[in-house]
Amino acid sequence: MSDDVLADLAAATGGDGARPAGDGDAVAGVRPRYVAAPGSTEEAAALLRVAAARNLTVVVGGAGTKRDWGAPPRRLDLLLHTRRLSGVVEHAAGDLIVVVRAGTPVAELQAKLAPAGQQLALDTPLPAGAAATVGGVVATNSSGPRRMRYGTVRDLLIGITVVRPDGVVAHAGGKVVKNVAGYDLGKLFTGAYGTLGLVTECAFRLHPLPAARAFLTCRTADAAEAGRRAAAVLASQLVPSALEVDAAPGGGTGIAVLLEGTARGVRERATATRAVLDGATVAEEPPPWWSSYPWRSGDVGLKLTAALSGVPRLLAAAGEAARRHRAPLAVRGSAGTGVLYAGLPAATAPDVVARIVTELRAEAAAVGGHAVVLTAPPAVGERVDLWGPVEGLDLMRRVKAQFDPDARFAPGRFVGGI
Amino acid sequence: MTTTDISTLAAALRAVLGDAQVITDRQELRTYECDGLAQYRVVPALVALPRTAAECAATVRACVDADVPFVARGSGTGLSGGALPHADGVLVVTSQMRAIRAVRPQDERAVVEPGVINLHVSRAAAPFGYYYAPDPSSQQVCSIGGNVAENSGGAHCLKYGFTTNHVTGLEVVTPDGDLVRLGGDAPDAPGYDLLGAFVGSEGTLGITTEVTVRLTRSPESVRTLLAGFAGTDQAGAATSAIIAAGVVPAAIEMMDALAIEAAEAAVRCGYPAGAGAVLIVELDGPTAEVDADFTEVRRLCREHGAGEIRVAADDVERALIWKGRKSAFAAVGRISPDYIVQDGVIPRTALPEVLRRIAEISAQRGVRVANVFHAGDGNLHPLVLFDDAVPGQAEQAEEVSGAILDICIAQGGSITGEHGVGMDKVSYLPRMYSADDLDTMQLLRCAFDPRGLANPGKVFPTPRLCGEAPGRRRGVHPLQEAGLAEVF
Repeated sequence: MSDDVLADLAAATGGDGARPAGDGDAVAGVRPRYVAAPGSTEEAAALLRVAAARNLTVVVGGAGTKRDWGAPPRRLDLLLHTRRLSGVVEHAAGDLIVVVRAGTPVAELQAKLAPAGQQLALDTPLPAGAAATVGGVVATNSSGPRRMRYGTVRDLLIGITVVRPDGVVAHAGGKVVKNVAGYDLGKLFTGAYGTLGLVTECAFRLHPLPAARAFLTCRTADAAEAGRRAAAVLASQLVPSALEVDAAPGGGTGIAVLLEGTARGVRERATATRAVLDGATVAEEPPPWWSSYPWRSGDVGLKLTAALSGVPRLLAAAGEAARRHRAPLAVRGSAGTGVLYAGLPAATAPDVVARIVTELRAEAAAVGGHAVVLTAPPAVGERVDLWGPVEGLDLMRRVKAQFDPDARFAPGRFVGGI
Repeated sequence: MTTTDISTLAAALRAVLGDAQVITDRQELRTYECDGLAQYRVVPALVALPRTAAECAATVRACVDADVPFVARGSGTGLSGGALPHADGVLVVTSQMRAIRAVRPQDERAVVEPGVINLHVSRAAAPFGYYYAPDPSSQQVCSIGGNVAENSGGAHCLKYGFTTNHVTGLEVVTPDGDLVRLGGDAPDAPGYDLLGAFVGSEGTLGITTEVTVRLTRSPESVRTLLAGFAGTDQAGAATSAIIAAGVVPAAIEMMDALAIEAAEAAVRCGYPAGAGAVLIVELDGPTAEVDADFTEVRRLCREHGAGEIRVAADDVERALIWKGRKSAFAAVGRISPDYIVQDGVIPRTALPEVLRRIAEISAQRGVRVANVFHAGDGNLHPLVLFDDAVPGQAEQAEEVSGAILDICIAQGGSITGEHGVGMDKVSYLPRMYSADDLDTMQLLRCAFDPRGLANPGKVFPTPRLCGEAPGRRRGVHPLQEAGLAEVF
C-alpha cells in the first residue's frame, strides 16, 4: 500500500519515525491517521512543514498522562510524539539552570539533577510511576503543592524552543535567570495545550534540594475550621513551602504543611507550626494523599481557583454540593495559593456533574476564581462547558489566528473552541 | 502629522478628558521629551493625562480613529528609552492614575492604579506585615505601570523574582481601545497566559490601567553583611560558593574598585578602604533559617579571602551598607562628567572571565569602566565613563558599551536583565535572536496591535506587517506610510 503522506512524514523523521496510527493512539477518543516521532528540533520542523503542506491537523503527545484533558480534537491527522525528543541538553549546576528536551520524563530529569543537590521545583501530581514529560507539564501548566514557595511553570521556565505550525523554529528567553529581551513566549506556550505549536526544548531555573524537610498534618471537623487554621499558617512567619487541604467525601478536612530548609531551622519551625496547628503530627514523609489529584483515570477532574480568603468558602460549597447531590465529591489542593482540585467518580450521572460544575463555577467566580473541568468522560464533556467564562477570549482567538491561521494544532481542545 | 491633524485630535481628546488634561503647548511638551535615558529626546505632538481607565481607553480610541501612534509613560524613569515619545504621536501619561484601590493582606493582594509609586505599595501594606517584593533602585519614584511594562527587577529579585512573578491581574487598554482584564486575584486563569505575555512587553501591546499585585509577608529576620575582597575574582568565587552551598540569599551585590571610589566620593558609605571589590549579601526569612545560613555565608566569604566583614547590627547600619550600592549610578557622576549605564546578563559562573574581558577592552580603548552588579543572578551594570566635551569620547564609550553586550551574548547571556530593549537596544536584539525568533515574537504583537500604533519603533528593529497574504495587499501599508517599515 502506498501512502504519499506517510512516506513524506517518514522521510522528515529520518526514515523510520512515522507509522500509521492504531487504536491505542486515540486522543480523547479521536483516532489519528498517522503517528510520528521526530528525533530533533530539525526533524520536528521538517515534519511540521510536511504537515503544513499536506494540511494535516496535529496533536502533540508526550507520555499521555493527560491525553484525556481538554475537549477532543475536532479533527486529527497526525499524533506527534515527543518520546524521541528526550534528554538533558545542558545542566549548568553552578548557574542553577538546565536545558532539557520536551519529551524527557520529569522524574528522569529530577534523577539527573539530584546528584548535584538540585531540583526542578515543580510537582507533577500523578499516580506514582506515571511518567509525565516536561513538555506535557508545560503544555498543561500542571503544578502541585510546592507552587506556594517556588511558583509554577511560568515562574521557572526561562527559555523555550518551539516549532511553529508552519514549521519555523523559534526561540524566546534564554538560559539566564534574568532576561527581559523580547517577548516572553515561554509564558504564552505554557498552558496553551499544544494549540500554538510544538515545544521542543525548555530551559528552567533550578533550586537547591533542601537539607531537611518536615510534614505537619492534622484534621479538622469542618471547612470553616480548616480555613481558620490555614489563615493562621499564612499569617505566621513559618514560610511553608506548601499548605494543602484534603476534604474526602463524608470525612473531615485534613491540613498538611511542608517546611523545607536547614535541619535546625526546620526543627524549630516545626515546633512553632505545632503551636499554630494544634495537635499536628510531624513526619519526614508526606501524607498518602499529597501531590495527587482526587480522581482516577476516567473520572471527572476539576480545577477550582479562588482568592486566598475564599478557599474556605469554596471548600464549604463543595461539601454542600456533595451532600445536596449525594455525590462523592473529593476536594484537595493548595490552600496556600488558592488552587483546589475536585474529583467525581466516572459513574456520576452527567446531569449531576453538570449541576455541580455550574454551582461550583458560581462559587469560584464569587471569590475571584474559576472552575475548569480538566478531564471528564465523553458523556459529561458533551453536556458541560469545560472551561467556563474566559476573560480576554477575543485576544486569545487573535493570538491563535496569528500562530496557527489554519487552526491545525489541537483544534477544538482549548478555551472557546480554539 | 499636520498641524490641522494635531488640532483635530487635540480637540477630540479635550472633549473626552477636559482641557487641563491635554497638553499642546510646545514648552510644556518639552518636559516630556525624554525618560530616564536622556540621550534620546523627541518632543511628542500631544500629551494626554487620563485620570481613569475609561479616559485612557477613550484616548487610545481617539488615536486609533486618527491613525496616530501612542506611547505610554509612567514616571519616566526607564533606562532604555521605552517611554521616548513619538514626534507625530500622543504621549499617554498615567501618573494621574495613582489611587491604591485595595490592600487585602488576607488575599495577599493589593489593587493599584498604574501611576502608583512602587514604594507606596509596600508602605500601604506595611501596617499589615506585608510588602511588595520587586524593588528597582528607582522605587521611590518609579510607577507600577512602568514596572509592568518593563518587567522591572531589583536587588532582591534573586530570591523573589521580577515584576512578572508578582503581578496576578491586569486591566489593560488594548491598542484597539478596548478595556480587557487579564488574570485577577486567583492564579491560573483559563486560556493563554496573556498576562504573562503582557508584562514586560514595553508598552507595545497596550496600556495598563489597573494592576493586582501579590503582597509578600515581611520576613521575620533580615541580616546583611558587607565583605571586602582584594578583587572581583575573589568576590566572584565567594558568590559561587554561597550559591553552591544551597543558600538562596535575598540579594548578592558586587561593586568593583572604581565603583567603590565613586560611592565613597558621593555618599561616604565607609566601605573597606583599599578593597578591590565588595560584596553585599542579604538573607531574609524565618530567624532560625537566616541565622544558620548567615553563619555559612560568613564562613564562605572568609574562606574566599574576605578581609573586613561588616555585619549590620540594625536597620540604620543596613541602610548605610545599601546606601553605597543604591547610589552607585548617580555617584559615578562624581568621578566622570558623563557615563553610560549598561545592563547585560551572563551566566553567573562566567563572571570572572567576563570581568577580565571588560578590563581588557577598557585598557585597550582607554575608556574607564566601573562595575556594579547583581552578582547572584549575573546581571551586570557596567558604567562606561567618558567626557562628552572631548570630541570622540562619547563614540568610544558607545563602542565599549556595545562590546560588553557582545561579550554577554557570546556567553549565552542577555542584552538586558531589567532595563528593557526600548529604543536603546533595538539594534542589539537581532544579535541575540534570529530573524525567525523576532518574527515569531511579533506574531503576538500582530494579534494585539495589527496597526502598529502602540509604542512603534521600540523593541523590534523591523516591524512585522501583520496579517496580509502575499499579493492581496492594496495600497500602502500604514506602517510604510508612517516611515516605520520598509517594503520587504
